[in-house]
Amino acid sequence: MRTLTRGTGPVYWIVLAGTLVLFTAAFLLPLVWVLLGAFKPPAELAQQPPTILPRTWEPGAYVDAWNYMDLGRFFLNTFVVAIGAWAVQMAVIVPAAYALSKLRPIFGNVVMGLMLATLMLPSTAVLVPVYLTLTDLDLLNNPAGIWLPAAANALNVYLLKRFFDQIPEELLEAARIDGANTWTTLVRIVLPISRPILAVVSIFAVVAAWKDFIWPLLVFPDPAKQTLSVALQRFAPDTPINLLLAGLVLASLPMVALFLAFQRHILAGLTAGGVKG
Amino acid sequence: MRRHVTAYGFLSAALVVFAVFSWYPIVRGVVLSFQQVNFVTSPDWVGWENFERLFADPLFGVAWRNTLYFTLLALLLGFGVPFLTAVVLNELRHAKGYFRLLVYLPVMLPPVVTALLWKWFYDPGPGLFNSVLRGLGLPTSQWLDSSSTSMISLVLVITWANMGSATLIYLAALQTIPGELYEAADLDGAGIVKKVWHVTIPQTKFVILMLLLLQVVATMQIFTEPFIMTGGGPEESTVTVLLLLYRYAFYYNDFGTASALSLILFAVLGVFSFLYLKITKKAGA
Repeated sequence: MRTLTRGTGPVYWIVLAGTLVLFTAAFLLPLVWVLLGAFKPPAELAQQPPTILPRTWEPGAYVDAWNYMDLGRFFLNTFVVAIGAWAVQMAVIVPAAYALSKLRPIFGNVVMGLMLATLMLPSTAVLVPVYLTLTDLDLLNNPAGIWLPAAANALNVYLLKRFFDQIPEELLEAARIDGANTWTTLVRIVLPISRPILAVVSIFAVVAAWKDFIWPLLVFPDPAKQTLSVALQRFAPDTPINLLLAGLVLASLPMVALFLAFQRHILAGLTAGGVKG
Repeated sequence: MRRHVTAYGFLSAALVVFAVFSWYPIVRGVVLSFQQVNFVTSPDWVGWENFERLFADPLFGVAWRNTLYFTLLALLLGFGVPFLTAVVLNELRHAKGYFRLLVYLPVMLPPVVTALLWKWFYDPGPGLFNSVLRGLGLPTSQWLDSSSTSMISLVLVITWANMGSATLIYLAALQTIPGELYEAADLDGAGIVKKVWHVTIPQTKFVILMLLLLQVVATMQIFTEPFIMTGGGPEESTVTVLLLLYRYAFYYNDFGTASALSLILFAVLGVFSFLYLKITKKAGA
């Protein structure tokens, strides 16, 4: 396809090479720097100018970090929070989007409108009242304190509804004639067709829960219940720097792995209307 | 009739979570702004006292000034850089996958991890940035440790961490521009700058505007990076509106005044959110 330049001449190759160097330096090298840094002992990390490759390799830092910060516990907590947030959100929004799209109840548009209105609300504007509501419901130090508010995701209801709207009525009619009830139609017909959008919504729900900081910070005052993000910022001030770096690398691995595994879905989902972060 | 009952059965869980965690808190937030809450006795109505306390707090002005300064810097960098990056990437026909992978990689990192990593990079002594600058024989910086560079340092972090999404969204928009438009511009003898100005920007105007508004809304709510990297310092130079809100609510346990501040923030951001919804609707997206 024609773009801005025709570019095959020397200028093209110079720009390409420049961009390659710049991108690698900006996005990859800092991460490699951290990976290597975790292998260096604290004394080596403090010296100027820094060593590029570790003079003394201390691979034990990763194990020590795991034990020192008790990362196993926080990994487990974060998994529970993220997977639960995904499961609860799906259980709540899939039937809702299906009802709004295919069952078209009376006042359905009003309900959708009220849900969409919450998108205009910056999430932090309700920080205090949601926190107080969680306190009233005794949901502090309980993963449900993350799961339930996260399930009220209007954007995802809207994305699912918009996808369901494109499923032809005849398909559902045929299922009904075959004796399927509303629930079996959803499970057997609608969900299998909707796999692409369900994948996108699911991945973004898990990633959002894993990356979240302010809500777990408020919901889990009990250190033993905290997620990785909250625990890492708590440990940061008095953890030896090499162990902290190792901890940061370990905490990022699941998201990097998820990205490499589902890159296509994630990048497609970005432009499919899932713009709002 | 049965159809409506079934439909509301399917909707019930969503109605409950939206009611309890979205609609009710909105109303409660407004009510709280006019109350004194202390958890011991029942809340008292205090009229505009919470707002008066805010306006009397010197940090209120400081926090807004910092937040607006931050938003402005974030727009200059976080808005211009991804657009230009996307324009360049759109021209390149090699290593496309590699570029996309790299630019989006930081988006996947938890913000706490990014903030703690950059705090280490910024260390004025053995930190990565000053080491590189020293190696090149360039002057070093105090980065987060000086009130004159603390804010720009935070902006660099969030731009690095978030530019992946904006870049890829722009890239997708650029690919929808019909090639004939560029051919026509070529026939008119337009150079690269002219083509960007007269073809690329007008053709992606809607996406640009949409991301601009979303970015304003997101950056004005900045919390994690200043909370972790500077705690609002040095000399309160990175106290943002949200950091002040957090202090009122969770250091002073003054939920009424914190809510009043939320309400003000909401009113300001509401304008941007409203414009965003208007534009998305108009474009039928």
